[in-house]
Amino acid sequence: MRREHRLNQLFAGLTGLSAALIIAGLGVVLIDALIGGWGTLSWRFFTQGPGDEVTEGGVFPAIYGTAVLTLIMTLAVMPLGVATAVYLHEYASPTSRLARLARSAINNLAGVPSIVFGLFGLGFFVHTLGAGVDRIAGHGLRFAQPGLLWGALTLALLTLPIVIVNTEEALRSVSVDQRMASLALGATRAQTLFRVVLPGALPGIMTAAILAVSRGASEVAPVLLTGAAYSMPNLPTGLSSQFMHLGYHAYVLATQAPDVEAARPMMYATVLVLLMLTFALNVLAILVRARSRQAGA
Amino acid sequence: MTGLIVLLLMLVFIAREVLPLLTDPQVTLSTLLMPQVGRDGKPAQWLWQPLSLVPKVSLVPLVVGSLKVASVAMVLASPVGVAAAIFSSEFAPRRLRELLKPMIELLAGIPSVVLGFFASATLASALHAVFAWPYRLNATVAGVAMALAIVPIVFTVTEDALRAVPSSYREASFALGATRWATAWRIVLPAAGPGVLGALVLAFGRAIGETMIVLMASGNAPMVTPSLTDSTRTLSATIAAEMGEVVAGTTHASMLYLLGIVLFVLNLVLNGTVGSWARERVQRHRGRFA
Repeated sequence: MRREHRLNQLFAGLTGLSAALIIAGLGVVLIDALIGGWGTLSWRFFTQGPGDEVTEGGVFPAIYGTAVLTLIMTLAVMPLGVATAVYLHEYASPTSRLARLARSAINNLAGVPSIVFGLFGLGFFVHTLGAGVDRIAGHGLRFAQPGLLWGALTLALLTLPIVIVNTEEALRSVSVDQRMASLALGATRAQTLFRVVLPGALPGIMTAAILAVSRGASEVAPVLLTGAAYSMPNLPTGLSSQFMHLGYHAYVLATQAPDVEAARPMMYATVLVLLMLTFALNVLAILVRARSRQAGA
Repeated sequence: MTGLIVLLLMLVFIAREVLPLLTDPQVTLSTLLMPQVGRDGKPAQWLWQPLSLVPKVSLVPLVVGSLKVASVAMVLASPVGVAAAIFSSEFAPRRLRELLKPMIELLAGIPSVVLGFFASATLASALHAVFAWPYRLNATVAGVAMALAIVPIVFTVTEDALRAVPSSYREASFALGATRWATAWRIVLPAAGPGVLGALVLAFGRAIGETMIVLMASGNAPMVTPSLTDSTRTLSATIAAEMGEVVAGTTHASMLYLLGIVLFVLNLVLNGTVGSWARERVQRHRGRFA
């Protein structure tokens, strides 16, 4: 019995240690970025463009590019994702072959490596759609090259599974009673959907949007192939412009800087800004979800 | 619906870029997979040198590279992730669990480019100072950072599977006088087996496909060696590194799309076989006893 008790404690200790190890990993990455980058953060770092040397200037164009990119992405992915989730959860019969097929496709899509999304964006959006647009509009080479719109649409496809899965969860949280009550009062299915179900699921849909933005802002591999630029003299002016991007900027500084030691503070500071951005978004998502669960219970 | 369409579109449009390879004399199953004898009479070897005068396009160095990094990551992340999930589901008091899960979600939310940066700037120097490996950036450095990227997947999916095991199993075990650890190890973990396997498969898939970490921290030399501390180039990093400078329409460009197809199909196979089986089993637990 005593031996059993010892084993019990040993096992609890070991598993607890594993959990602590993961948290320690998180802590090391955060502290490393904080120590390396905090000193470089300043008002100018957020508001200015990169200087002539990699050791001076700021990252404003990269922040701006990332923001515009994820905004366009959100505008594209939310209607598509929410509509798909509504169809799957509200209209499709759960046993229908089509719904099952769609669900398994979404599961598969969620596992496709992000670099493959980049390849697809290049092959489909840039080389096919873009070339088509250019030919029809007859204005020479504009959309048949990597740019803001294609990068954003590629990210929209990448984040589609996140939006669908989280929106479905939100729809599930609206009780059957509420739907029944609405239908019993004579509302049509569409009225019930727009007046009862979607408003009820709104916090969950918000969570889906925040998670998608957080993922979209942090993915570098797809935009590497579909429109991010090393450095640009001006901010992007249109949907076909290339753009600077925080994550890509960090990658470029870390791998292509001529003098790595001199560029180090800038690298850390850029990484820190990216980390703070995604963290703020993730914490927001966790809070919104916790709040909506409380309200629901 | 949209998911299905997107998936099909992806396959069609990536495959379209690969089609020219079918008639390309430089790319055959033999040049892709078997060691090739060079002109200068050196022993036959697997080479990835798509830009040399006679392009050498063996997939072997890249597949080996991907497997090296993924195995280092899996060896580190699987035991730690599963153990932490057992802790969270079976041992931790509720408040601790409610603290632990969001923290691990935050780790999952760290952009991979940040992990790649951490690995190449800090981790590589630290490991180099201790072990003095011949290559500062190598498969192990990338693998350790990759472990940080996949451990949240192992944890989250395993934890879900453990908590889907009906509490009646645990109560029956306790009632027979079993301790917590015996219950967790002999009853709950086996019952959640398919879910745990699913978690590991999912994490492995992510480790193979992840790009920025390996691009920044693995050294990127395409070599076929047994050592885990040699510089290494993976499938994903090759696409990212070479797509920018590639000339459209060349064998090289089509080859990069082919690497994409390899990654895409690997994901379909992993997801379609073990993944869907595991999902179904976990669902069944939920359905029957919820």
